[in-house]
Amino acid sequence: MQPSRIDRAVADLQEWFNYRAKAFGPFYRKHMSEYWAPKNFNIWYYFGSLALVVLVNQILTGIFLTMHFKPSALEVAPGISEAFASVELTIMRDVEWGWLVRYMHSTGASAFFIVVYLHMFRGLIYGSAQKPRELVWLLGMLIYLVLMAEAFMGYVLPWGQMSFWGAKVIISLFGAIPMVGDSLVEWIMGDYLPADATLNRFFALHVIALPLVLLLLVVLHLAALHEVGSNNPEGVDIKKVKDANGKPLDGIAFHPYYTVKDLFGVGFFLTICAFVVFFEPTFGGWFLEHDNFVAADKLVTPALIKPVWYYTPYYAMLRVVPDKLLGVLTMFGAIAILFLVPWLDRSPVRSIRYRGWISKLAFALFALSFIWLGKIGAGPGTDPVETIVGRVLTFLYFAFFITMPLWTKIDSTKPVPERVPAHD
Amino acid sequence: MIKNVMTKLGLSLAVALTSMAPAALAAGGGGKLLPANTRPDNIASVQRGAKLFFNYCVGCHSLQFVRYSRIAEDLGLSEEQVMKNLNFTGGKFGDTVVSPMRAADAAVWFGKAPPDLSLEGRSKGADWIYTYLKSFYVDPSRPLGWNNTLFPGASMPNVLWELQGIQRAKVGHAKDGGEAHIEGLELVQPGTQSAQQFDDSVRDLTSFLQYAAEPAALKRQKLGAWVVLYLAFFTFLAWLLKKEYWKDVH
Repeated sequence: MQPSRIDRAVADLQEWFNYRAKAFGPFYRKHMSEYWAPKNFNIWYYFGSLALVVLVNQILTGIFLTMHFKPSALEVAPGISEAFASVELTIMRDVEWGWLVRYMHSTGASAFFIVVYLHMFRGLIYGSAQKPRELVWLLGMLIYLVLMAEAFMGYVLPWGQMSFWGAKVIISLFGAIPMVGDSLVEWIMGDYLPADATLNRFFALHVIALPLVLLLLVVLHLAALHEVGSNNPEGVDIKKVKDANGKPLDGIAFHPYYTVKDLFGVGFFLTICAFVVFFEPTFGGWFLEHDNFVAADKLVTPALIKPVWYYTPYYAMLRVVPDKLLGVLTMFGAIAILFLVPWLDRSPVRSIRYRGWISKLAFALFALSFIWLGKIGAGPGTDPVETIVGRVLTFLYFAFFITMPLWTKIDSTKPVPERVPAHD
Repeated sequence: MIKNVMTKLGLSLAVALTSMAPAALAAGGGGKLLPANTRPDNIASVQRGAKLFFNYCVGCHSLQFVRYSRIAEDLGLSEEQVMKNLNFTGGKFGDTVVSPMRAADAAVWFGKAPPDLSLEGRSKGADWIYTYLKSFYVDPSRPLGWNNTLFPGASMPNVLWELQGIQRAKVGHAKDGGEAHIEGLELVQPGTQSAQQFDDSVRDLTSFLQYAAEPAALKRQKLGAWVVLYLAFFTFLAWLLKKEYWKDVH
């Protein structure tokens, strides 16, 4: 059959483009059409692409919010700051569709942590951090760290009661550092209390500095992944068995196979997110806290100061440790220890599917302690029994990591097959 | 296989999302809350509530984030109706609702300035407002002669007493060493409304404050059904597309 005129035009255009951007073709092949991903990804493997979708959502909705938000703690009416009014009057009421953009952004923040936590847990149980993917894990952990700072500063911006008091509590943690603590707290806030200066710098960091860092880290995370290739639920190294052209036999092209599969995942995920955005945007006070609908007042302390749900496991650790400095160290240590996973995991196999009962129990206990700590951190923290439980769970959390070299080594394993048995 | 993935995805996300909900609802504070049973889509109730608000509340409380024009638009009222029947403060149609009482005076008269109520429906919730307005009783020990079982020591007097009548606290006997406690409230002087009518009035007022706290709520829910339906359909198509492409993966 003769090539049609359209075919010829497309071919011409391609040639024009390739001549001027020679690196594009190989780049596209390396990351899309010839990035060989294992054919057996299961449900756990949706969360990476979903995190990317949420990141794009946060940036796009964030741009529109920035157009109407005023980072100013100055009073525009008795007890009401310009920042609070710009969110609750301008964005939520006066700007067309402002409420939708804001709910997409606030729901997106929580959705981000849901998918990131699931994504991290996936990496843990399938041994994705093991050699040769240590860099991928480290970059991912940096993303998580930056994301926490980004979300914290974002939560301060509406300048509600929880914004103000949450900022005060979290920033004052740095005061526990000996010698320089107090000056450091003052330096961070630019004042003696969270104030206009604090709000302004948090705005700058939230909308420019941290998103730039986040984007760079995401690019590096993906680049590092594509260097070594994706792990899979079996933990099988698909690069061991290749065809004559060097294509792994158990690998399939990322595009189109995983782009269409992830499109389905995105659709499902967006449906659930839309349900939250349109029918339960505060999610019962978990995504947008009730007290943050009250304008910041430095003279009235809320009955219960607590961070948003995604920080509560660490917040619980801070509270159950009796000494402030020790509590702060425990809290930051709990995050820092995650970075070490690639070297703590000494199991000869990757996936939980080929590990013994000890590992399965350890993963289950770890998940339990993290979720339960989250529940304790979200509560009032006044129950002495709960404090004891919190200490036990904190111990379990750290024991999971500290003893990991031991239990991953002594645990029984099943032989890992050469090939991926079947796709899910 | 795909069906399996879909169910698993659905279940795990649903569990992840909903298992967090119940604890949050407990964030009420104070005593036991009565169910307000308000329906935000009941415009007639919100309208009656608006009338009550502008007759009984706006003397002290502002709605800094609510414009008169927006009330007209959302509640299906004309500019004339709003300016004549609701606006007693002299504000313009496009202005927000600002109480004529000066904050400095209020602080002297009540001990503290009455809070802005724009977002009360979100910070405290409908049940809290409903219960609070029904929980006033006479208490001569208080500066203004009123106290509240839900919010003991509240600075606010019972502005709806003409409608409700006057409630007195039934004080139970002190149990071994403990303090005497309030067992309940009884109506000692009837008001212009029956108990049933007063409940309805308070419900209307609560509806209005709930509306004021989030005027977009009605639109959001109406639109939401279509968005969710569209996305569900899109997801179905994406699933078909995935199935088609994956035919050649073995």
